[in-house]
Amino acid sequence: MQHAIDISVTVNGERVQARVEPRTHLIDFLRETLDLTGSHAGCEHGVCGACSIMVDGQMVRGCLMLAVQADGASVQTIEGLTESGAIAALQEAFVARNALQCGFCTPGMLVAAAELLRAHPAPTREQVREGISGNYCRCTGYHAIVDAVIDAAATMRKG
Amino acid sequence: MDDAPLSAVDRPNSYIGRSVPRPNAKRLVAGRGSYVDDLRLPRMAHVAFLRSPHAHARIVAIDSAAAKQSPGVIRVVDGREMAAVCTPWVGVLHHLKGLKSAPQHALAVDRACWQGEPVVAIVARTRAEAEDAIALIEVTWEELPAAVEMETALDPATAVIHPELGDNLAFRRDHVGGDPDACFADPDAVVVQATFHTGRHTGVCLEGRAILADWNPAEGRMVVYHSNQAPHMMQTVFAKHLGLREGEVRVICKDVGGSFGIKVHVYPDEVATVALSKMLGRPVKFIADRIEGMVSDIHARDHRIHAKAAVAKDGTLLAIEIDDLTGIGPYSVYPRTSAVEGNQVVNLTGGPYVLKGYRARTSVVFQNKTPTCQYRAVGHPIATAVTEGLVDLCAEAIGMDPAEIRRRNLIADDAYPCKNLANLAFEGLSHQRSFSRLLELMEYDKLRAEQAEARQRGVHRGIGLACFIELTNPSPFMYGIGGARISAMDGATVRLDPDGSVQISSGVTEQGQGTEAMLAQITASAVGVDVSRVRVTTGDTETTPYGGGTWASRGAGIGGEAALQAGTALREQILVIAGAMLQAPPEALDVRAGVVVDRATGAARLPLEELGRIVYFRGDTLPKDLPRELVATRHWTPKDYPFCFTNGAQASYLEVDPDTGFVTLLGHWCVEDCGTVINPMLVDEQIRGGVVQGLGGALYEHCVYSPEGQLLTGSLADYLLPMSGEMPDITVAHVSTPTRESALGAKGAGEAGTAGAPAAVQNALNDALRPLGAKVFAQPFTPARILGALGRF
Repeated sequence: MQHAIDISVTVNGERVQARVEPRTHLIDFLRETLDLTGSHAGCEHGVCGACSIMVDGQMVRGCLMLAVQADGASVQTIEGLTESGAIAALQEAFVARNALQCGFCTPGMLVAAAELLRAHPAPTREQVREGISGNYCRCTGYHAIVDAVIDAAATMRKG
Repeated sequence: MDDAPLSAVDRPNSYIGRSVPRPNAKRLVAGRGSYVDDLRLPRMAHVAFLRSPHAHARIVAIDSAAAKQSPGVIRVVDGREMAAVCTPWVGVLHHLKGLKSAPQHALAVDRACWQGEPVVAIVARTRAEAEDAIALIEVTWEELPAAVEMETALDPATAVIHPELGDNLAFRRDHVGGDPDACFADPDAVVVQATFHTGRHTGVCLEGRAILADWNPAEGRMVVYHSNQAPHMMQTVFAKHLGLREGEVRVICKDVGGSFGIKVHVYPDEVATVALSKMLGRPVKFIADRIEGMVSDIHARDHRIHAKAAVAKDGTLLAIEIDDLTGIGPYSVYPRTSAVEGNQVVNLTGGPYVLKGYRARTSVVFQNKTPTCQYRAVGHPIATAVTEGLVDLCAEAIGMDPAEIRRRNLIADDAYPCKNLANLAFEGLSHQRSFSRLLELMEYDKLRAEQAEARQRGVHRGIGLACFIELTNPSPFMYGIGGARISAMDGATVRLDPDGSVQISSGVTEQGQGTEAMLAQITASAVGVDVSRVRVTTGDTETTPYGGGTWASRGAGIGGEAALQAGTALREQILVIAGAMLQAPPEALDVRAGVVVDRATGAARLPLEELGRIVYFRGDTLPKDLPRELVATRHWTPKDYPFCFTNGAQASYLEVDPDTGFVTLLGHWCVEDCGTVINPMLVDEQIRGGVVQGLGGALYEHCVYSPEGQLLTGSLADYLLPMSGEMPDITVAHVSTPTRESALGAKGAGEAGTAGAPAAVQNALNDALRPLGAKVFAQPFTPARILGALGRF
């Protein structure tokens, strides 16, 4: 810890001061230091998307960003997105459509879906498939996830 | 109104057949899951493993002096030290005659036999510190000749991996049914042949393997939190190899991030983690990272099959002959063994069809690669690709439509019960109805017209059909008779609490397929309460009845039947008590929506919470001799048939670009028959997920090795997985032939999708390539292989 660096991050609206090793990835900082275990580490090399979170409003892979790089940033994880109700329509649609099985990809998948719907409030199935194509799901085969995102988009458009 | 008593599944307000959302899904979408890596215990340490960088090498010396001084390091343990506390195991089953393997240790002793085998364990305060210390360990290796290719594993020039076994042949089975020689010699028969390959691939559960072991020496208790499908099996394994009693070991499986058969085997690094906890007297956690998972999770489906078939000119299939070869790595995996997949290829090939002759051989060989074992749909996608590839070759050879040749040869729906030439007993299948339904669903004739029109435009599209059988609900004939302590029976305990809520605990387990939803629906229906009043407990050897867990599509068929019987028994017990309270014969009452009612009129008589209040708090008001048990336990195991077979049919529609070899999947259909469907939405999602897992193996996934035995596709940047952009929508439909072995009538559905998808894609590809004179039979069907078949690469 001789090279530990002080950082200040806003996580799910809470101001967090911490001293971290420079090598600590943001996903490990969130999970291990802050006990925000909702985001998952699936591959730790940026392919699977399980660790997708929001940093300053943009989707980021938590395993490809260091905690020190988040100094001064605002981070949203599945815990914060759930409590704020920001992705409630997506979460309800995922449950109704059984768009999750083991649930390990789901927090990251929801972040990807939320970002997709921000850019395309009325997406086609192809656009949904493209929008979540960076998030690996071994269980569902994706069909139900596409259904759920389309349903959630309709709900959200109705307001 | 019909006075006939309602059947066990056809009760008023039944949830059987209803698409109820899963009770655990809300928690998971909120990020409130509880996977092993989410758990923290006081004094918990982390283990990382130094793994063999060589396919085969002698461990000359291990210098861990510097590692022991590294910050945070608690303990460094090598194979010899580990062997003093943990006994080795041998993965054989007696009923697989001749199967042999060598003792396997939790950490390699003297010699490593595959790249990725764990060699040294480092326990530290954090995983990062443990990994830092790995880099400081000096191992002196002496590389040994490696047996890498399965094709040459039995050559005299190839090194024998375990000299004490004599050779590299782990298992061989020859089977002959009917008279294949006469069929192939028939002068009127047309004989077709091909060599099929299925690519070695692996499960890639998004949550890697994970275990947290907590030995409390003061209590003499080992509690293991495990990402696993079979907690009772693991309890036995940990107890046996660490010298404990089974009762001293508790295995808890909370949320499991995907399993697919990957998490039902004994892994040396996991056993080592439990042993380390025992050595240290504190909790030790091991989380396999993706890179080490790719070389240490079991692989599967590394097969080469020479195959031929004989067909009469009128389209009658006559005989099939296969010679299967599979490489399983250096050890048969404990305790289910690595001979089962090859054995299944022999059992399942030709399964949907009436044949006059069948000859099959499987040769299972050792090699210095990652061990292989059972992975979702064990052997099925291999057998189905071979069978359905041969059927299409037969159709082509005699100029018959692929749909027509199947119609003519599928076992008739009125032929059951029957046995086939592989000696499989079928209780009742629906090949003909399922196949007709498939053709209807996909609009076969219309699709053929569309395909022909596309060809006019120079667009190469293909339609592929595949019929299959699926083995589900295995009896003790799967593992128990071979000597493995793997339960084929499962229990359910159902309890009514004073407030009218119902608790069920079951021996089958949840990994996302919806086991807990299925159990809640059955229990709610059987007892007669709203499904929201049912709480489900699974995955804990201490609090659930003994059972096998969830694998081989047994959760609904076996665990569900136990739940139905336990729930029914509890209802009967409730009615005896209610009868005494209401001065009515129990048979005149029923429980519906949480209320004791008049059976005939449905009139409400007594809410369950009132019954509960009286029984638990005012038992003094009840007759002295009244039985007042509000808990019922029932167990169930299949007894009539060794396995409960299901059937189905799939179709793929795709487009090939002959210039690039790229394949675009345009559509996929599956019709399957799993008997009674408990939750149609969950079953459809099992099918869809399974189909995509099959498509992955057919098109993308491949564990590619160098000639030296180094895995070249060991990261997700190199190992391609099916992602949403390339996957098609999948249409699913059902035919229902309930099994009469159980009151529930449910067969398994977890592997049907994976069983048939690769064959459908293979046949669609060859249908698309036919005008170009090319054929492909080696999975995965990569652009390079397609271009190779076209002579363009």
